Amino acid sequence: MTMPFYVSPEQVMQDKAEYARKGIGRGKSSVTLEYDTGVLLMAENPSSLSKIGEIYDRIAFAGVGKFSEFDQLRKLGVRYADTRGYAYSRDDVRAKALANAYSQAMGEVFTREMKPLEVEVIVAEVGDDTLAGHESNAIYRVQFDGSISDHEGFCVIGGAAEELGSLLRAEYRAGLPLRDALRLGHRALQRAADREPNVTPENLEVCLLERNRVGRKFRRLSTDTLLELLGT
Amino acid sequence: MPISFGGRYQGSSFTELLASDNTRLLPDWSQLCASGVDAERVPHGTTVLAFKFSEGVIVAGDRLATEGHRVASRDIEKVLPTDDYSLVAIAGAAGPALEMARLMRIELEHYEKIEGEPLELDGKANRLSQMIRANLPAAMQGMVVVPLFAGYDRRRRQGRLWKFDVTGGRYEETDYEATGSGGLYARESMKKVHDPVASRDAGLRCAVQALSDASDEDRATGGVDLERGIYPMVYFCTAAGIARAPDPEIDRIYREILGTRRRPASNGGVRR
Repeated sequence: MTMPFYVSPEQVMQDKAEYARKGIGRGKSSVTLEYDTGVLLMAENPSSLSKIGEIYDRIAFAGVGKFSEFDQLRKLGVRYADTRGYAYSRDDVRAKALANAYSQAMGEVFTREMKPLEVEVIVAEVGDDTLAGHESNAIYRVQFDGSISDHEGFCVIGGAAEELGSLLRAEYRAGLPLRDALRLGHRALQRAADREPNVTPENLEVCLLERNRVGRKFRRLSTDTLLELLGT
Repeated sequence: MPISFGGRYQGSSFTELLASDNTRLLPDWSQLCASGVDAERVPHGTTVLAFKFSEGVIVAGDRLATEGHRVASRDIEKVLPTDDYSLVAIAGAAGPALEMARLMRIELEHYEKIEGEPLELDGKANRLSQMIRANLPAAMQGMVVVPLFAGYDRRRRQGRLWKFDVTGGRYEETDYEATGSGGLYARESMKKVHDPVASRDAGLRCAVQALSDASDEDRATGGVDLERGIYPMVYFCTAAGIARAPDPEIDRIYREILGTRRRPASNGGVRR
């Protein structure tokens, strides 16, 4: 009779985490920044497959890592938000609840499945001045093991998250105008792609949650608009 | 690997998502009449219309809802934008019709978010006809919902409009259409003045006139309520999106129409 090898739970978790980090590290990073009248989500993305998407009126999603996995998460988020908004009201759909749902689902996969998810996601929400108690922005980051954190000002996900985080900590100022926030985000993504060809505006995916827009506040910037804003 | 929040549905339709994973949220009126609700006694919307004009389509509706012979509401909104380039105008049982319009709006938005691009106008009309067909069991018991659907087709660069029947039958109209209790009169009115290349102003006049004519002949249609300051809703749907005609504009046009029709009071109310 063969005895199965004993592997300690710590070892299993460590191996899984290492596997997930490696997978995420292979992909490109994504930056989310608050600016004076909204929230900016940016990713280096030369392909036409989106890494950033609209979830609901004031909520957007950004993912890094394995496309098929974070795109599944994005769609789950849209289903969750639309169902909740239909059952209650549009104002009852909040980023915090969605980030928590992601955390539960991703944590579940991490503990139960052989292969952990090789993704990290951001759930960002722009405030609404006309709704009491909803005025401030919110940014949540959920990692492959379901660990969740909230961020003020900016948040980076992806392989170079630590390094870019320190760059942004040094250079980010609250209340940046959109143009400056875009340039800062661009510079950060450029740093992440160090020693590689330049990150051109054509290879950037940029979306905004605009505080002053009526109804659905999500807007995807075209390359032309982006070039104009970056002034290159 | 399954990542889920407990649901099983994988597609891009919101109504199918509800049917699969949240059945209790999906509206179903088919049992209402069996449980003794009189279909005549629930609020009904009356007259809505749509027609083409030079820039796209105009969709309009009066504001009255009736319960049998009573007024249920004087200012309900029966013309509802479903996205930036399409609208539904509802007639029939108001509750189910409004809910269907709301679902339709979410359906279009949901598809756009999941798939990353909006449906074509034909696809939207088709979706609505499927929703009406799904309501057939309720319609058979009197909860009839017969909307108009209109929008600006950005691919063909023109306004288009459809009418539906209770079975979900979908008929594209070339010029104009009206439905609801005063629909016949509104249609007769439009027939005389409709011009597919009319300006905004002429189009607005055509819409206000048709609704006034309908309210003149059909007691359940609201028309313009000058006393309370309640005006019909008139929407322009063009390449630039959807815009609602402001009430003062409608007021001005309505007074002009009245001016051409008003007769001086005769002596002692006796007409010779």
